Amino acid sequence: MPEQTVIEAVRATMQAEMRRDDSIILLGEDVGSRGGVFLASDGLIDEFGEDRVIDTPLAESSICGVAIGAAVNGLRPIAEIQFADFMWPAINQLVGEASKVRYGTNGVKTAPMTVRVPYGGGVRGGLYHSQSIEVLFAHTPGLSVVAPATPYDAKGLLASAIRSEDPVIVLEHKRTYRLVKGDVPDEDYTIPIGKAEIKRPGTDLTIFTYGLMLHYALQAAEMASANGIDVEVLDLRTLRPLDEDAIAESASRTGKALIVQEDTPAVSISSEVAAIIGERCFFDLDGPITRLGPPEIPPMPFSPIQEAAFMPSPEKILAAITKLAEL
Amino acid sequence: MSATANRSSNTPNQNSGEQLSGERLVDLYKTMVLSRYLDERVWLLNRQGKAAIAASAQGHEAAQVACIEATDPSKDHYLIYYRQFTAMIALGTEPEEMLRGFLAKEADPMSAARQFPLHGAHPRVDLFNFSNVIATQLPQAAGVALADKLKGSDAVTVVYFGDGASSQGDTHEAMNFAGVHKLPVIFFCENNRYAISVPQSKQMGIESVASRAVGYGFPGVQVDGTDVVAVHEATQAAVERARAGEGPTLIEASVERLLPHTTDDDHTRYRSAEDIAQMDERDPIKVLSALLKRRDLLTESEDEEIHSAAKKRGNVATDTVDAEPYPGVETMFDHITDGSGNGGAL
Repeated sequence: MPEQTVIEAVRATMQAEMRRDDSIILLGEDVGSRGGVFLASDGLIDEFGEDRVIDTPLAESSICGVAIGAAVNGLRPIAEIQFADFMWPAINQLVGEASKVRYGTNGVKTAPMTVRVPYGGGVRGGLYHSQSIEVLFAHTPGLSVVAPATPYDAKGLLASAIRSEDPVIVLEHKRTYRLVKGDVPDEDYTIPIGKAEIKRPGTDLTIFTYGLMLHYALQAAEMASANGIDVEVLDLRTLRPLDEDAIAESASRTGKALIVQEDTPAVSISSEVAAIIGERCFFDLDGPITRLGPPEIPPMPFSPIQEAAFMPSPEKILAAITKLAEL
Repeated sequence: MSATANRSSNTPNQNSGEQLSGERLVDLYKTMVLSRYLDERVWLLNRQGKAAIAASAQGHEAAQVACIEATDPSKDHYLIYYRQFTAMIALGTEPEEMLRGFLAKEADPMSAARQFPLHGAHPRVDLFNFSNVIATQLPQAAGVALADKLKGSDAVTVVYFGDGASSQGDTHEAMNFAGVHKLPVIFFCENNRYAISVPQSKQMGIESVASRAVGYGFPGVQVDGTDVVAVHEATQAAVERARAGEGPTLIEASVERLLPHTTDDDHTRYRSAEDIAQMDERDPIKVLSALLKRRDLLTESEDEEIHSAAKKRGNVATDTVDAEPYPGVETMFDHITDGSGNGGAL
C-alpha cells in the first residue's frame, strides 16, 4: 500500500473524484496555477482546465454562495477556504444558507457541496492562521462536519463529503498536512460520515479527540503504557453528527473519559462529548469526565513560547492521563 | 378572471426580440390585477390574525410581470426575494398556492410552511428563495449561472433584489464574480427608494444603482418600473445578451412601494404625506389600464370584468385555503439531510 501524507491524500482524492464525476468543480483562492497555498490542488488545473478549477476573486462569501448556486443547479462544487481564519465572511452563506437549503425548501432543493478548510495551529500562525472553527458549524443542523486526522481517513471522508447530497465542511489540520504519513490504498473507498474510530484500544481510560490532537494523544498513550496505564484513543473523525454510540460504548467500557482538543474548551466539542458521556454513562464512570484544552485566550499567540504554552502537547496529555488513571 | 385566463397569462412570449402584442399586454394586466387583489386579501387576512406576516408587491407588479414575460420559465432560473408576489403568479403559481404560504398551511408548495411566505422552492418552475437574509441570493445566482455555463446550457438566471440589498457585500461579490466569468445572469433591482424606512439618499451616494454596473464590466440600465413595455424591452435585451454568452446585465426598475414595508410597518412614521400621495399616479395598475384604454385594447366594462373576476378568484381561493390544515409536528424532522451520507442525525 503506498504511503502518503495528508495533503497528498487530499490531492489524490480530489483528482480521483474529479475523474470519476465531471460535475465536480473546485473553486477557491489560488487553487489554479498556484495549486492552492498548501498545494492541495497542485496540477489539477492542468488536467481539468480552468472551467473546473476556478481561481476565484478574493471573496469568501461568494466562494461559498457560488458553490451553493452551482450545487443546486447540478454541480458538485468543492470550495476551498484558504485558511479557516478567513472563513468568517462565508458564515452567512454556510450557517445561514447552505445548512437550510434542503429543510427550507421541504426537500425540493439540495446543496451537495464540500467546503475544505485548513485549520488549527502549532505552525507559528498567530491569531489569524491558527484558528479552530469547528464549533459554529458543528452547532448547525443541516451541516455535516468532518475532521480527518490521517491520510487514510482524509481520503475516505473527503470522498464521502464530495458524494454527499448535502453540504459537508471538511476540516484539515494544516499541521498534519506534511507531518502525518500513512498507508492509503489506491482503490476507491469511503468512510461513513458520523462514524468514530478507536485508533488505539485500551482498558484503563479513553481519550476522545480529533485532528492533530489524535497524534499527540497516541504519543501520550504510548508513554503512559510504559507506566502501566492502558489508554484507549477514540478518534471522533466526524464532529457533526457525533458518533454518540461509539463515544458512550468506549466511555462505559473503560470507565474514565479524557477529552482532548486544541480548540478553547468553553462551549465546544469537548463540552458536547462530556454531555453525551454524562447522560449515557453516568453509572459506569470511575472518575470525573476530564477535559484538556488550551487556556481561554484568543487562539493563538505568535510568540513561540506563548504558542507552546497554548497548545496541548503529548506531555500535557500524559499528565492528565496519569492524574485521571490514579483516581 | 377565469382560471383558464390566468393560465394563458402564465405562458410568456418566448420569442426573443418580439414586441409585446396587444393581447399579451392585456394578459399581463390580468395577472397584475389578480396579484393586486390577492395581495390586498393577504393584508386583510393579516388584520384578521390569520396571516402572520406579509410583504406587499403593490407598486412592483408591472416590473415583475414584464421581466418574466421576457424570459423562458421552461428553462430559466429565478432567485426571488420576499416582495416577488406578482412574479410568482406570473410564473404560474395558483392563488390557492400563494395563500397557503401566507396562511402557513400544510400544502404550502414552497416550504410546507417552514418558511415565511414566498420562501422555499417552487415545485414546477425553477424559482427559489432560501432565506430572509438580504442579498444572499446574488452570489447563489452567480453559481446557478456558472453551472449553466459549464453545462453548455443557454438558460438565463434572473436574480431579484431591492435597493437596500444593493448595499450588501454579497451584491458586490456576486456582480464581480459574474463580471469576471461573463455569466448568463440578470441582476434585477426593484428600486422603490426605501429599505424599510431608510431612503435611498442614506443607502447610497449615487442616483442610480444601475450606474454601478460599469464597475463590474457589464451594462447597467435604469428603466421606469411602472412601464411594462420598457421593462420588457430592457429584460429582452439582457436575456439575449445572456443567451449569447455575452454576460450579465444589471437592470434597475424604478418602482413605488405603495404600502409599508410589511404588515408590521407603518410608513407614515418616515414618509411624508406628499411622498405617499405622489405614488398614486405611479400605480402600475393605473398606468397600464390607461395605456390599454388609449390603445383601444381595453374598454371600461372589460376592465371592470377583469377586476371582478380577480376578486372572485381570490374569494374562492381564500375559502378553500382557510379550511385547510396546518402541518403537524410529525413532518418537522423531515429533510434536514438526506439521512444516508450524513448519518441522519439532527
